[in-house]
Amino acid sequence: MIGWRTILSGILALPCLVATGTAGAETAIHIHYLTVEVPPPPTLSDLDTVPDDAGVAGARLGLADNATTGQFLGHVYSMNESRVPVDGDIAGAARAALAQGDLLVLDAPAAALTRIADLPEASDALLFNIRAGDAGLRATGCRANLLHTAPSLSMRTDALAQFFLWRRWTELAMIAGGHPDDQAFAAAMEASLSKFGLKTGARAEWRFDADMRRNASEEVPLFTQGLGDYDVLIVADEIHDFARYVLFNTWHPRPVAGSEGLTAEGWAPVVEAWGAAQLQSRFRDAAGRPMRPDDYAAWAAIRAIGEAVTRAGATDAARLREFMLSDRFELAGFKGRPLTFRDWNGQLRQPIALTHPRALVATAPLEGFLHQTTELDTLGLDRAESGCTAFD
Amino acid sequence: MIRPFAAALLLALPAHADEIWVTNERDDTISVIDIDSMEVTRTIPTGERPRGITFSRDHSVVYVCASDSDSVQVIDPESGEILRDLPSGEDPEQFVLHPDDRRLYIANEDDAITTVVDTETGTVIEQIDVGIEPEGMAVSPDGKIVITTSETTNMAHWIDTGTEQIFANSLVDSRPRHAEFVKDGTELWVSSEIGGTISVFDVETQAELAKIAFSLPDIHPDRVQPVGFELDADETTAFVALGPSNHVAAVNAETYEVEDYILVGRRVWHMAFNADKSLLFTTNGVSGDVTVIDVARRRAIKTIKVGRFPWGAAFRPTGG
Repeated sequence: MIGWRTILSGILALPCLVATGTAGAETAIHIHYLTVEVPPPPTLSDLDTVPDDAGVAGARLGLADNATTGQFLGHVYSMNESRVPVDGDIAGAARAALAQGDLLVLDAPAAALTRIADLPEASDALLFNIRAGDAGLRATGCRANLLHTAPSLSMRTDALAQFFLWRRWTELAMIAGGHPDDQAFAAAMEASLSKFGLKTGARAEWRFDADMRRNASEEVPLFTQGLGDYDVLIVADEIHDFARYVLFNTWHPRPVAGSEGLTAEGWAPVVEAWGAAQLQSRFRDAAGRPMRPDDYAAWAAIRAIGEAVTRAGATDAARLREFMLSDRFELAGFKGRPLTFRDWNGQLRQPIALTHPRALVATAPLEGFLHQTTELDTLGLDRAESGCTAFD
Repeated sequence: MIRPFAAALLLALPAHADEIWVTNERDDTISVIDIDSMEVTRTIPTGERPRGITFSRDHSVVYVCASDSDSVQVIDPESGEILRDLPSGEDPEQFVLHPDDRRLYIANEDDAITTVVDTETGTVIEQIDVGIEPEGMAVSPDGKIVITTSETTNMAHWIDTGTEQIFANSLVDSRPRHAEFVKDGTELWVSSEIGGTISVFDVETQAELAKIAFSLPDIHPDRVQPVGFELDADETTAFVALGPSNHVAAVNAETYEVEDYILVGRRVWHMAFNADKSLLFTTNGVSGDVTVIDVARRRAIKTIKVGRFPWGAAFRPTGG
């Protein structure tokens, strides 16, 4: 109830101010939030339901945060939301959104993101990717008008690799699922291990089609027996199909990490430090559920816009982009240090939380992983290896 | 003013030493440190998640923000008994007691509100809409202005205590945590944790006079995060807690230049002086201890183990 008061005072009070015309110099900032709907792939368990407002609930909270700040500065924020199926008219939906304004937050897969970014109507717009972790979007496939508040896949797998090395878990085995997302995670994981001087030992592909709810205790020990011995078992199961049944059923009693067990994400409901408890609590009050990584990425995109508007005193995409990529921009993101954008590929630098479902285990970058600019750049594609030229 | 008072009482009651009261955020307790023996002599249970702590003018009661109990507790410092709960609004984090010794201005962190409570009648006088996550609270010596800083809105809100309305807003760097009026109320200082700075304002005009920056060798600037700060007896030196850099900075309050960095415990948060301000006690959240700094020598001289996640600190002179 209290949380609603914040939101109501942030959102509803502002139009009243406009209507009564008490402040003459109000500035309007309009954002559009476009979701490209991708049906979830079938999985063995029915336990997980993705909330309908995954992602956008974070954007709504970010907008309320911006509005509260804006009321002291005469800045009025508004956001429209729309959805389009992945096999629908994505370009049309994006054009309609861009007709209303030049700030677009996108919950979409990589192919849709580049398609939208390449629209002539988007050339002067500023787009934010809150979901896709694809390496290509941060490398040669980058777009100058597309910033990423979602961490890349390699930032997440680099965090895991740092943790393995820090714990001296150097004997590694992996099971990878068959979905393209699983294979992408496995590839990113192997690249991260190689980056930090580790390598995958045995790797098995999960191609079982058995229903593991009935016989996991029988199948998994046998399946993992063939992997030999190892310190930790990595599971590449980004669609959360099989790996939940691997925990505690491995032939050797070993920890599980990757898509289940110890996971690496931009945000998790168990993050508490650095004031995060406040953000978690505000989000829970507003959305009625815990804050997910996609909610956080969307919140960060909206807050980055708000921060740039407040500090730069500008509202147009070009000047906001310039400010966000400059060293004057910093976002307080409840992660213990300022978040900034990499000026070579538009990726938001951020610590990665290594968690299990009940607690934060560690935060990457881990102590001892050094970098000449900022330790945050030990996670993901660094300037020299990105290959992105659109930001030059 | 406190100094002769405390000295007189020390003579009268030599057995009863001055104390530093420390709230332990994750233990729901207060650790009471005896300044003479530099040991914890009492542990007092509080409501959930105690953070801000301050004594009434005559030190007859102590106020504690019990954040997760959504109340400000009034505690008898002699017995440690909780006398009553004040209505505080949701999630009180920090507060400041008006010079009238009656009005308590409370930052409601979860609620973007500053609540004004009459401590005598136990009623809410006013709730003032401020920015997201209000935290730092300060009152001018003449009592005319109260400041609330909001961590996510990144502003210092100037509240006129006559009307209980905001009359100005000043943007500061990211995550403002603490505010103090200094130099007889002519300057307002606001620390920004993520921005890594202290903004200095002229109170008369609300214009920014200076920005204090910090730089420690071998520690990345991102980790240098100013939180609590206090000025010494003659207000020539400010001591600034720098969070996860595990140092306290000694800043020249005239030139705004940093003169020294003092190594303390992990994630140093807030602080309190003893009576003559010769000793400074800092709360170190992560290491769960209090560092005692010799102010003249600018060196840590002792570490005192307290409860889990010590947060606020307040001085209690002899005899209450």
